[in-house]
Amino acid sequence: MSKLEINQLSKRFDDTAVLENVSLVIKDGEFVSLLGPSGSGKSTLFHLIGGLFAPDSGSITLDGEDITGKRGKISYMPQSPSLFPWRSVLDNVLLAQELKEKPNRDKAIEMLNKVGLSEYKESYPRELSGGMKQRAAFVRSLLSPQKAMLLDEPFSALDEFTRMEMQKWLLSIWEEAKPTVLFVTHDIEEAIFLSDRILILGDRPATIVKEISIQFSRPRVEDIRLSEEFLHIKREIYQILRSDSHD
Amino acid sequence: MRKIWIPAVFLAFLIVMWEVSTRLFNIESWILPAPSIILQEAVQSWTNYQHHISSTVVLTLSGFAIGVSIGLLIAVLLHVLPFVRQMVYPVLLLSQNIPIIVLAPLLVIWFGYGTLPKIIIITLVCFFPVTIATLDGFRQTNRELVHYMKMAGASKQQMFTKLELPHALPSIFSGLKISATYSVMGAVISEWLGASKGIGVYMTLASSSFRTDRVFVAILLVILLCFILFGAIILIERFVLRWQYVKGENR
Repeated sequence: MSKLEINQLSKRFDDTAVLENVSLVIKDGEFVSLLGPSGSGKSTLFHLIGGLFAPDSGSITLDGEDITGKRGKISYMPQSPSLFPWRSVLDNVLLAQELKEKPNRDKAIEMLNKVGLSEYKESYPRELSGGMKQRAAFVRSLLSPQKAMLLDEPFSALDEFTRMEMQKWLLSIWEEAKPTVLFVTHDIEEAIFLSDRILILGDRPATIVKEISIQFSRPRVEDIRLSEEFLHIKREIYQILRSDSHD
Repeated sequence: MRKIWIPAVFLAFLIVMWEVSTRLFNIESWILPAPSIILQEAVQSWTNYQHHISSTVVLTLSGFAIGVSIGLLIAVLLHVLPFVRQMVYPVLLLSQNIPIIVLAPLLVIWFGYGTLPKIIIITLVCFFPVTIATLDGFRQTNRELVHYMKMAGASKQQMFTKLELPHALPSIFSGLKISATYSVMGAVISEWLGASKGIGVYMTLASSSFRTDRVFVAILLVILLCFILFGAIILIERFVLRWQYVKGENR
């Protein structure tokens, strides 16, 4: 069981309130997206969950354990792949595990095979394309011993086609193990396509302005992107974001 | 590297010019011996100077090894102890304006003509480039990777051994390459100040008896020693930093 709970989290930097009373619950095995414009305090929220600094008030718990201000309790995938250039792909995907426990090479090799990187396990990151790097980075966080995953706009640097490929790929991998995921993005379609639930983050100070459940059945197929319902949700979100920024 | 033959031809041309002009203008060989004479001397007197070589090589390598180790140690200490760094770093930079060689007579007074003062000189000239380059490497550690390591819950020690140290390796190698040349120079100069064996000694003897050809042989040996040491470091670098030399899809 890995349930991530955030209660009444607030954080100010100097005079600016960046987060105000943010509360959210992510159930075990749920895929939740946090959608908001750039600079809306998403990364501050992530840094708080990651324990890089402590909130002014509020708490974060994982499976009932208070993890407020504690590092390394959550598996993390950053916006840039952040692979270590001197490590082979295999050694890179083992890194997060290595920080916590004895790494399991066989499992890592198995995962690399599954994601189509088996030929590249001895290659260095610079030999990979952007999409392959993100796959390796995702495998690294999957292999990380923590149960809940934090994905920080992982596909934002990729081109449109690769991004769509990667979204499909991410779902196919996710559906096997169903880890608890908090996915940050500013791409509305990406959020709808991937998530069970979308939380829309308002601007400065960031609060959750709206929660939307996505009812598409899983495993999801590409076609839903063009369905009436998908477009309807997209429109709804778009209006919320627009009205919020006009306040 | 592909067009290596162009400078090679140029170098050969210079040597030929040297040979031709010494003959053409009848330059006395105690002023400027022709390359052919130097080469001949180098071959003929091999038995006379070979024991000098091994002495200098041992001195250079031990001084280099000690200097580099101390250089790395200082860099790591200054890196993990920011307060000490604040205190020591400016003094260290300032101290580099002192030509180490002027300290040599002092070292001779304190430690005599043995190996110890020579090792100290080489250490003094060697450690600095390594320390500075290493600190620089630590300081330039990629922010994104640091951020990742923090989020992943890396300890200070893991941050150092898994990120900062490997990240600084290319810088460390640049420092090593500079120190390598310095160490040969340090060895030869320390031998000038008083030693029983070594290329520096051979050079002083040759110079005081106006055997200019032998001075050139000694110079040649010093150059050769520098090249070999430098080349060895490049080879090790190529192996250790092999990830830098693989073809990249996007660099």
